[in-house]
Amino acid sequence: MMNKQGRQTDIKAAAELAPTHFETFSGSRGLEQDEPLIYEIGDGERSGVDLEEIGAFEDRLGGITRDHEIGLAGLSEPEAMRHYTRLSRQNYAIDIGMYPLGSCTMKHNPRLNEKVARLPGLADIHPLQPVSTVQGALDLIDTLAHWLKTLTGMPAIAMSPKAGAHGELCGMMAIRAALEKRGEKRTIVLAPESSHGTNPATAALCGYTVKAIPATVDGRVDLAALKEALGPDVAAIMLTNPNTCGLFERDIIEIADAVHAAGGYFYCDGANFNAIVGKVRPGDLGVDAMHFNLHKTFSTPHGGGGPGAGPVVFSAALAPFAPLPYVIHDDEGFALQEHIEADGDSRDSFGRMTAFHGQMGMFVRTLAYVMSHGADGLRQVSEDSVLNANYILASLQDVMTASFEGPCMHEALFDDRFLKGTGVETLDFAKAMIDEGYHPMTMYFPLVVHGAMLIEPTESESKQSMDQFIGAMRHLVAQAKAGNMQLFSGAPYFAPRKRLDETLAARKPVLRWTRPE
Amino acid sequence: MRYLPLNQSDREAMLAKIGVDHIDDLFKDVPEQALLKQPLDLPAHQSEMQVDRDFRAIAGKNIPAGSVPFFCGAGAYRHYVPSSVDYLIQRGEFLTAYTPYQPEISQGTLQALYEFQTQIAQITGMDVSNASMYDGSTACGEAVLMARRITRKKRAILSGTLHPQYIDVVRTMTKYTDDVAVANPVGQGDVDALIDQIDDDTSCVVVQNPDFFGNLQDFSALAEALHARKALLIVVVTEVVSLGAVRSPGSMGADIVVGEGQSIGNGLAFGGPYVGLLATRQKYVRTMPGRVCGETVDANGKRGYVLTLSTREQHIRREKATSNICTNAGLCTLAFTIHMTLLGEKGFRHLARLNHAKAVQLADRLSAIEGVAVLNDSFFNEFTVALPVDAAEAVENLVDVEIIAGVPLSRLYPDNIELKNQLLVAVTETTTDEDMDQLVSELKELVK
Repeated sequence: MMNKQGRQTDIKAAAELAPTHFETFSGSRGLEQDEPLIYEIGDGERSGVDLEEIGAFEDRLGGITRDHEIGLAGLSEPEAMRHYTRLSRQNYAIDIGMYPLGSCTMKHNPRLNEKVARLPGLADIHPLQPVSTVQGALDLIDTLAHWLKTLTGMPAIAMSPKAGAHGELCGMMAIRAALEKRGEKRTIVLAPESSHGTNPATAALCGYTVKAIPATVDGRVDLAALKEALGPDVAAIMLTNPNTCGLFERDIIEIADAVHAAGGYFYCDGANFNAIVGKVRPGDLGVDAMHFNLHKTFSTPHGGGGPGAGPVVFSAALAPFAPLPYVIHDDEGFALQEHIEADGDSRDSFGRMTAFHGQMGMFVRTLAYVMSHGADGLRQVSEDSVLNANYILASLQDVMTASFEGPCMHEALFDDRFLKGTGVETLDFAKAMIDEGYHPMTMYFPLVVHGAMLIEPTESESKQSMDQFIGAMRHLVAQAKAGNMQLFSGAPYFAPRKRLDETLAARKPVLRWTRPE
Repeated sequence: MRYLPLNQSDREAMLAKIGVDHIDDLFKDVPEQALLKQPLDLPAHQSEMQVDRDFRAIAGKNIPAGSVPFFCGAGAYRHYVPSSVDYLIQRGEFLTAYTPYQPEISQGTLQALYEFQTQIAQITGMDVSNASMYDGSTACGEAVLMARRITRKKRAILSGTLHPQYIDVVRTMTKYTDDVAVANPVGQGDVDALIDQIDDDTSCVVVQNPDFFGNLQDFSALAEALHARKALLIVVVTEVVSLGAVRSPGSMGADIVVGEGQSIGNGLAFGGPYVGLLATRQKYVRTMPGRVCGETVDANGKRGYVLTLSTREQHIRREKATSNICTNAGLCTLAFTIHMTLLGEKGFRHLARLNHAKAVQLADRLSAIEGVAVLNDSFFNEFTVALPVDAAEAVENLVDVEIIAGVPLSRLYPDNIELKNQLLVAVTETTTDEDMDQLVSELKELVK
């Protein structure tokens, strides 16, 4: 290889001379650019927008005109592009590599969905413009509602909840409203020890006391203990199925029957619906209400933490209590039921959960996703997601400790027994995965096993990709067992930051930039 | 299927490795009668081109706001979002990441959140902000529950000029929490009257600025009266651009500011996804709902950011959490932050003034029409117009001449006869002189 001067580039010498670790003057490291805050590079005068001039006029701000500087920092367009592009490169993402974050279903996000969500006829419509001018939008919501009801075998749906936890609230409020209509004041909600934190938090918002149900040694709800706990005080059970250990609740129908026989309702947390979409209908299992996480099962982008969407399907028993608004048909086409009418079908609705009609932008993406897959493709989705997880389970269970006997559903749960005596903990193991180029799995959840590692590959991973992942995991296990502590205790080494001091952040919270004194 | 990488031979090899013959062997824990034998009665898969075509057809049945003179507001506003915003939020590193649970490889999302929190604290005049809620209405409900946690009192007074759907959401969220949300009669939001309503059980008073009908007020006296009774002032802002032109709620003594951030960076999208704002005083930080990002250092002493104060949250505290919220409005906050950064101090304040200037212009022109009256003494970019005819019918008639004239109040208050002829009209920087000309001339014709 020749350089510009015609001199031979000595690659070997370069490799030998390069110090492995040194500080650069700029703080950047080649492609990895260190980036200050906008407040440290911008100022109050700079701007990346040009706006029309304003002529003289008398303001009508009622005497409360802003008289103080806000302190915002502006950037020109090229500076802003660079700033946020540099920041983006400090993120791991599905587009970069495998992101096996259990219970989060980090699957591929099709770009067609982004494209259609930006069509002016869907993106640039106002929630309160005349209903006659948004017939396509209402048609779309109605069509998606049909898909979701059919996929679950449930007769009714509330589309407006804004995320999974909001959907849980929706379902549990409908349950409480139904019980009150029956004149019953039940006070207890049952939830397994392994449940998502949102379940007890939601039950509390509905005024219920949560009672934990123990698990059996094979990771399922203890049916005998459940039956013992049921009684006239129990309003509902909140159950994730497949559960948070990645297992299908074998006794699900018997659980539902027992809860119903005791006068309670069955709320199903649908976070793990990806494992059974197109394959099993929750309506056939005796579910009374279940939320979807459209950003999980139906691939609306996770966006660094939202926006999600959490529509809820209801059984016939709970349907009358569903929240407003909802789409209806009449002689002139589609309409919206936005208010409770004392003598109409909405009379028992528990009310409104949000302004406007829900996460339309997410509905568009979801419908594009289900239409692309079709009924056949969705069934393949669940089969491939379950196949991938079992492949990982089968390929790692000889070196890592699987918490429960398989088959698993769409995620494989391991615990830290295989690390016993190595000095390496789940956290260290996860951080070492970063150096291998992976986003770590979900760790320390569910709480029912020690040092949990919950791996959800999703159907988006190819066999080659998983083989590479399995190879990396086996390598790390071997290194841990060989006592190569350094590989773990200082990890990650190859990330924009080393481990961050979370204790300091919580003890003295600094939650915003302030101008240095 | 284009989204699924496994082929048949992969599947067979994997089943063999697992040690089963058939995929259904992996579903053996599903009760036999519940395992579907056939695909459901739904359409089969389609090519990208076919789906694209179907969506164009559906979208074609709607009238986009940008295609006609357009005057709807009422909590969702049409603003111009710079092209770079949508490009940047679609970078895969932002779009396809999740909540920054692993901070070492999530500094992009975390630093952007830190910038967002700073911007929100600045424009609201508060000390701190969280990393977002679902939207303005749910943020409002959360604020009421937060006031209860702080004051240990149960009675929340909601101004009669608060967005009616926000009132409904607060009522829903407090339905089973033992709180009492007292909503005043429609339109009743005068500061002196609100002060008279405060009692020893009052946890907070919730007001909106500009209020639902567009009016502006100074709430300093209300804040003072509330603080004297150990109660809180919650100020709701549904048009966040107004904060570039009017005094911040913080400067009036607000304890919690909640709002809808959609106007900056985010399109109308038929009502969602939007971005809920929640900002407060430093001393109340530990009672806040939702995620929050904080500054710290890494093992090398280098500045970095993490999600913090998680002991308030559901995944740690379970039934004792400050809220059940988990996923929030991540990508919408990013859009907000990028747009706000492009505006900067100068651009944001100019944008606000431009909105107001155009609104003043239209208000004057509408008032000049015989039989039409603007009911506001003060306003920012939205005001209430009294027509001599039924407002909903007028709006429908104007659709025929391709104008979307605003939100008739009967849409939100169907039972209130007095509001039947009133129309809420919003004006933004996207409104042109020609748009105004058309509205004025068609309205003149209509009420003649």
